[in-house]
Amino acid sequence: MHGMVNRALQGFLTATYGQHVWTQVRRQAGLPFDDFEAMLEYPDAMMPACVQSAAAVLHKQPNAVLEDLGTWLVTDPDLEPLRRLMRFSGTSFIDFLHALEDLGDRGRLVLPQLDLPQITLERAEGARFRVCARWVVPGIGPILMGCLRAMADDYGALALLSLGGIAQDGTECVDIQLLDAAFSEGRSFDLARAGA
Amino acid sequence: MIGLPPSLGRVIGLSGGALDQLMPMHLWIDADGVIVQAGPTLAKMAGRRDLAGQPLFETIELRRPARIATMGALAKLVGQRLGLALVAAPNLPLRGALAVLPGGAGMILDISLGLSFARAVAGFGLTLNDFSPCDQTVELLYLHEANASTMALSRHLTQRLEAARAMAEAEALTDPLTGLANRRAMDAEIARALADPGDAFGLIQIDLDLFKQINDSLGHAAGDAVLARVGHVLRHQLRLGDMAARVGGDEFTALIRDCTDPAELSRIAARLIEAIEAPVIHHGQVCRISASIGIALVNSYPDRPTPEQLTADADAALYAAKRAGRGRYALHSERPVARGTDAPSPRPRRRADDAPPQGFRRRQTDQLPRPD
Repeated sequence: MHGMVNRALQGFLTATYGQHVWTQVRRQAGLPFDDFEAMLEYPDAMMPACVQSAAAVLHKQPNAVLEDLGTWLVTDPDLEPLRRLMRFSGTSFIDFLHALEDLGDRGRLVLPQLDLPQITLERAEGARFRVCARWVVPGIGPILMGCLRAMADDYGALALLSLGGIAQDGTECVDIQLLDAAFSEGRSFDLARAGA
Repeated sequence: MIGLPPSLGRVIGLSGGALDQLMPMHLWIDADGVIVQAGPTLAKMAGRRDLAGQPLFETIELRRPARIATMGALAKLVGQRLGLALVAAPNLPLRGALAVLPGGAGMILDISLGLSFARAVAGFGLTLNDFSPCDQTVELLYLHEANASTMALSRHLTQRLEAARAMAEAEALTDPLTGLANRRAMDAEIARALADPGDAFGLIQIDLDLFKQINDSLGHAAGDAVLARVGHVLRHQLRLGDMAARVGGDEFTALIRDCTDPAELSRIAARLIEAIEAPVIHHGQVCRISASIGIALVNSYPDRPTPEQLTADADAALYAAKRAGRGRYALHSERPVARGTDAPSPRPRRRADDAPPQGFRRRQTDQLPRPD
């Protein structure tokens, strides 16, 4: 797994709960080093091991940890560059949902080894969507849900999200009911980077 | 001549709205060079709500393939790759392509952002909606930003690795070229051994002779081969418990344990010199060096010396040996030097068994190793 993903999990735990929590998590998960490096590769099993340890250390459900991670990726001020990259996908939340299917290609455009989830979007009747994702490790469902909830906010859309279960082949789904595509102003997105 | 298939010869009509959608940066110019219609993004870039009625050459300046400003010259550029800029923004180069409309309806000039797209997007305040979905400029911007972020991450990683490498190097105890210990390790070992009152040892300082000549005449690779060879000699000539280190460019130190006998140290020194003098063949070139050696013995001091004292005395013996000529060794002695003479306290000798207790024994010049 690309270190970018592991590093994000470490960053989330450190920024939200403090260095001491990360120290406990990595010890419990048996990591043979102190920090993940964003530009290195790691065995796939390390990420789920860290999530399990974090859940135990924080007395939370693993899904809750993952969902918070997804939200943090979009909302943390230090990760503004990542939010911006997401916003390049479309002018509205619906646009953004459709562009999720390009997420893998978008990631590979920047980091050829980055293994982002394979996502498909199904549109049900009305303003109901189902986002289904397959990834190298379990847990992409709650991460996506946290991330999509924050992105809906970012676009100013009002939406209800829920986990839609895990299929036999490991595909995890998120159900989205879009109540109002233009509920609020949302956060601004200027194509040109500030200071660029 | 084969005629065009009917479909390619057919003229299609597009509404102005369709043109705006497909080419939000187009200009429709009439035969007199007056703008009939401008795409919404281009109008935004020119800083006007409506460009219609404006003369083309007051709105844009054509730069490539030539700076032209007449409709006649423009007509000849149909189908070519054009370089241009808005008069309102001469510092943001754009590119364009020209097509003639049928029935004397003028021309269409389609425009896109050039390589300065990032500056242009900022300068013109463009948004996602200003680009056709088929225009990859937004993806270029995305890549531009993403690359900047990943480059920063790579840079941080490189810096951290560099810092870790520097730290590892600072803490290293081995000389990578010879595989011997380094000065750090040797200093620590001398201090440790001196702190142990039961540890009687001898210190041998070795300085290579003629090494600079090898380096200068045969190159650094040959010099490195010679140094590696000296490392090999020291590892094999010393006992397992002894310790050898490369403490400088061509300086080595050996710590000989459980040694209270100057004669034994002298024998070791003589053996080392002999082994070091064995020629090294490097890429067909014969490299010959020798070594000068200074010796200090811990139990020759009335009290235990400090590490600095011991090392300085071994160094002094080494310089005395060097002054006496190449390939010699000398022992530091605590015995006083005869007053009124310049004779140094160390007594450099060529061989342990053939050297008289005082004075130097000269070597035969033909025995001197030569680099060539």
